[in-house]
Amino acid sequence: MTSIASKSSLSRAAIAFGLALLAAACAKSPSELDSSLAGSANAGIGAASPGSAQDFVVNVGDRVFYETDSSSLTADGRSTLDRQAQWLSLYPRYTVTLEGHADERGTREYNLALGARRAKAAYDYLVSRGVSPQRVKTISFGKERPVALCNEDSCWAQNRRAVTVLNNAGS
Amino acid sequence: MAGLAAVVTPASAELNIDISQGTVQPLPIAIPDFVGGGDTAQLGRDIAGVVSADLKRSGLFATLDPASFIDRAINPNALPNFQNWRVINAQALVTGAITRAPDGRLQADFRLWDVFAGQQLTGQQFFTTPENWRRVAHIIADAIYERLTGEKGYFDTRIVFVDESGPKSARVKRLAIMDQDGANVRYLTKGQDLVLTPRFSPTTQEITYMSFGNSDPRVYLLNIETGQREVVGNFPNMTFSPRFSPDGQRVVMSLEQGGNANIYAMDLRSRATTRLTDAAAIDTSPSYSPDGARIVFESDRGGNQQLYVMSAGGGPAQRISFGQGRYSTPVWSPRGDLIAFTKQMGGRFAIGVMRPDGSGERILTEGYHNEGPTWAPNGRVIMFFRETGGQTGGPQLWSVDLTGRNELRIPTPSFGSDPAWSPLLN
Repeated sequence: MTSIASKSSLSRAAIAFGLALLAAACAKSPSELDSSLAGSANAGIGAASPGSAQDFVVNVGDRVFYETDSSSLTADGRSTLDRQAQWLSLYPRYTVTLEGHADERGTREYNLALGARRAKAAYDYLVSRGVSPQRVKTISFGKERPVALCNEDSCWAQNRRAVTVLNNAGS
Repeated sequence: MAGLAAVVTPASAELNIDISQGTVQPLPIAIPDFVGGGDTAQLGRDIAGVVSADLKRSGLFATLDPASFIDRAINPNALPNFQNWRVINAQALVTGAITRAPDGRLQADFRLWDVFAGQQLTGQQFFTTPENWRRVAHIIADAIYERLTGEKGYFDTRIVFVDESGPKSARVKRLAIMDQDGANVRYLTKGQDLVLTPRFSPTTQEITYMSFGNSDPRVYLLNIETGQREVVGNFPNMTFSPRFSPDGQRVVMSLEQGGNANIYAMDLRSRATTRLTDAAAIDTSPSYSPDGARIVFESDRGGNQQLYVMSAGGGPAQRISFGQGRYSTPVWSPRGDLIAFTKQMGGRFAIGVMRPDGSGERILTEGYHNEGPTWAPNGRVIMFFRETGGQTGGPQLWSVDLTGRNELRIPTPSFGSDPAWSPLLN
């Protein structure tokens, strides 16, 4: 069972890595703010030891994406959160913060609330998959922390996200 | 600060600007340097320059080129030679003098003249400390504006806004305050914490704003003189989108609860909080009517962002926006007659106004991204921020007349967003 799981993780790693490259190319500045991803960008792809923050970001996927003005989870989003729930059950030492974000094509106040709603949708799903509510906090950054900076929907789509950040990854 | 004494009563002249009409022919006005002597000579020039800039930027005045003046630096206590102003087509003339009072303060005298009637319209005298010279200029500009339009001016006011620096993905945001013309910028926070949506108290030297710190993002109060800061209320989750009541006694804001946002008011004396909305929706951007009786806010309870009006105590809300598109960030005019808003339609963002019953919608400016209107205290001018997209894009402060004319950029040291206009200081 372990070998099957790790095989499917490999292809996901390639996808996740490709996505990170796309974001960096679009932004032309790899100043990713989410600390866990910044850590993974510096580490080589092969350095993701099981249970590490890099493992979580690269092999599990630390973020889910939303349609414009929506907080509904997509099928991709649900499967990412399924993997997150599974991973968190393997590594109970972690607590997480779900950071909800919006793209820049909305007003500031509404986007704060929309980011909170997106974080809540991801929170509800993780809890429904057995993650203890005590392990999950949510916060919204509204449109204040974009990761992709170009002026078209390919970038805005990457900014409409909920990112699961490991809180005690250093310990 | 500036003790003032009106030294002459206005005469019954006909010179005025009717700003109730949609289009206004700017009134030609001559503002020669104020007379000074010794160390006040430069101040006399500087004050006349600020008065002139204020009036010109209002769009209601055409300030005449000093090169065309036949007479220069006229003693305000002497009768001008009106013929010399008539021939250059000045309709109004401002004369002034800056002198040093025995106690070291500045004494500023000015008179406003109707050139064609050959009459004085108003005249005032102020005493102030030399550092306050720009405020004296703004107060004089307000007096001229008021005498000629019949409405209060808005030049002796300040703007609190968010100064933005650094890359778009990691913006550093600081609260900043400046005069309405962009002078005297002062930073109120250092940039460690993300700060958003500052709003002035109508009655005290305080602002309310939202800040991200080490814990959940919260609404704060900040005393802009002492720097003292406190959290507003004791709420379990994120609070945001704060605004004062017109009497300054309450802060109304949104509280995030389980993916919804509802509106709460907190009494600043008793610290009692009242829940005003209870919807499975995003209710935010509350703004009181100037009489304090009602609140306009945005809600997506009907499917997308629209404007609603309710009693200031809560209860049923009436939807007032029915046009195409999404409406947000409503702000009630200080005059009570209009509500300004942001409108999103077809991927573009406009600033508009409508009456409190939703009728009479007018778009004042429209483009890629315009957001967050705030009213000048006389309800004639709206400031907002305009954002350019892309990696190097950013927001800048702009203003537009209620007529939709006279779009102006407000200078800021760096990118600027989330402006809020103060009440008149004088």
